[in-house]
Amino acid sequence: MSNTLFSAGHTACAGCGQSLAARLVIDAAGKNTIVVNNTGCLEVFSTKFPESAWEVPWIHSLFENASAVASGVEAALKYLGTKDNINVIAQGGDGSTADIGLQALSGMLERGHDILYVCYDNEAYMNTGIQRSGLTPFSTNTTTSPIGTCSSGNLRPKKPMPEIAVAHGIPYVATASSGFPQDLQRKVKKALSIKGPKYIQIHAPCPLGWRYESNILVQVSKLAVETGLYPLVEYESGVLSAKRQIVPKPVEEYLKLQGRFKHLLKNPEELKKVQDIADNNIKKYGLKAETVQASS
Amino acid sequence: MKQFLEGSHAIAEAIKLCKPGVISAYPITPQTHIVEDLAQMVSNGELKSQFVNVESEHSAASVVLGAEATGVRTYTATSSQGLFYMMEVVFNIAGLRLPIVMTDANRAISAPINIWNDQQDTISLRDAGWIQLYAEDIQEAVDLHFMAYRIAEDKSMMLPVMVCMDGFILTHGFETVDMPTQEMVDKFLPPYSPLYKLDVNDPMTLGPLVDPDGYAETRYAIQKTHEEALEFIPKVMSDFSKVSGRNYGGLVEGYQLKDAERVIIAMGSVCGTIKDVIDELRAKGKKVGLLKIVSFRPFPAQAIYEALKNVAKVAVVDRAVSLGSYAPIAADVKSAFFGKKKGPKVISSFIVGLGGRDITKHSVKEIFRLLTTKELEGEFIDLKPELLKESYE
Repeated sequence: MSNTLFSAGHTACAGCGQSLAARLVIDAAGKNTIVVNNTGCLEVFSTKFPESAWEVPWIHSLFENASAVASGVEAALKYLGTKDNINVIAQGGDGSTADIGLQALSGMLERGHDILYVCYDNEAYMNTGIQRSGLTPFSTNTTTSPIGTCSSGNLRPKKPMPEIAVAHGIPYVATASSGFPQDLQRKVKKALSIKGPKYIQIHAPCPLGWRYESNILVQVSKLAVETGLYPLVEYESGVLSAKRQIVPKPVEEYLKLQGRFKHLLKNPEELKKVQDIADNNIKKYGLKAETVQASS
Repeated sequence: MKQFLEGSHAIAEAIKLCKPGVISAYPITPQTHIVEDLAQMVSNGELKSQFVNVESEHSAASVVLGAEATGVRTYTATSSQGLFYMMEVVFNIAGLRLPIVMTDANRAISAPINIWNDQQDTISLRDAGWIQLYAEDIQEAVDLHFMAYRIAEDKSMMLPVMVCMDGFILTHGFETVDMPTQEMVDKFLPPYSPLYKLDVNDPMTLGPLVDPDGYAETRYAIQKTHEEALEFIPKVMSDFSKVSGRNYGGLVEGYQLKDAERVIIAMGSVCGTIKDVIDELRAKGKKVGLLKIVSFRPFPAQAIYEALKNVAKVAVVDRAVSLGSYAPIAADVKSAFFGKKKGPKVISSFIVGLGGRDITKHSVKEIFRLLTTKELEGEFIDLKPELLKESYE
């Protein structure tokens, strides 16, 4: 046994935000946890038969059904009378959460199951080769939203998944980032202390899909938050209860580290649109700090 | 105790006796009465199950998958489009070797949309790895559920079982049903003890990625278990007969086969009508019979061969079409005789009763009439020429 519930030796890429975030999540949750995983990078790189990185009971069924499988796990634990002592976590990437798995997730949230859903948001279908998803940011260059003479990449902004989760009237929704590990683990523990459905969406950079150097994972993660492009927020019982305040940095600082946004640096008009998205977030969530905060 | 029951209600009563811990379903005609009755039983506290109302059949199958993997007996029911919507989960359940029992109220497939009975839905999922058992009447449908759990959960099987019952005809029809007591069912069906499960005290990874180094062996293992099921299913049926007094005889059931020269092979409720016609024709001295297929998967090729090797002419009745190829049951039956020394001289194939069109005694007589030395391939019975005229002339 290692000192983590997500063992080393899996086959994730160097600089993978999802593998870091997944380890932080399960270690915060502890060993009395059953994990249900959608298909995706995480399942592929952590469970290639005959090996597994998971030191907790873990099941993978299909791409889009972790929410429903977890609902069954939770119902079975209730039937057995052991639910109160066991956490159930359903997890998946952004595609399996916001696109193909949204219906199952909505059902799970609406039914009130005592489950924490974790979305590892790397902002495209990375496992299949960087195709755009509903959580791909505006003007991102992906293999199915490629830049060209008629396009500056992905045409639409990210689907507002945290708000969609909040709209289900669930007790806890949060966003987190692989760049802020203590904040992430605090949110997981908090979520698991609350009965009912919970949703946490974790920004989890992908070196391959985003095209950044593998040694700057944490820097990239932090800059997404510090520019206002990935607000870290918490909703309790539908109310925005906490947010990480920032001294906003220009979005270029974040974009210039990544190949997927390279085209924007030569296109002031498109760049402005991305800055507008960050500015809107800063205003909407009240992210701007009066004074500089110490980062956790 | 004998009671006059609606088919769906009888199934709900049977499931109650099997005590599933988790039930999940999504409504689709003609499955609805089964799950409505179960929901009422849970609501009344007569059945201590978790009843999970889901937003789709895909999730219904996924919920029972998750619950079964947690070590609890489960139940779901669906029909037609619902079965198709859960198709990838259906295959997944078999791959995970989870002994789930599901009822399918057999119904036609869209388009055109049609809520009435044929068997296209389950037959299209014949390759999913599930055992498929087909009921002739409500009593058999009821009894097959007890046997389905026993077969599925046996450590030598660990395969899901689909009990297929003709929509409306069996789900909404009424019959006198001899419902076993709880004591009888408990004696026949022990509590579920899983081979493996999601357990925080014994963590296990289920459903990993398996690459070319291991995938084929998982398919081989299911295939081998299906072969073993050909031996195991009749054993369970025999055990059930000791408790219930009703013996279904095994994978197939013969009717008036002894000296039969012409035999129909069929599956499901149509067998009742065929038996009536056989009685009438026998009274006139015609040597006719029926071979009913109970287990379509595993396919009982050997049992069919043994039953029909000395019969001159066989008519296979399909209530589904493999569009662009041979009728599904007919293709399997022909394979059972291919290359064998003995066997019928004629195996004719008939497609009948699609989308709920009644299969009358007249339809069955027509099949016997057409069962001559001239072999027919996928012959549609009871077509309406006036409807075809418009399209093709």
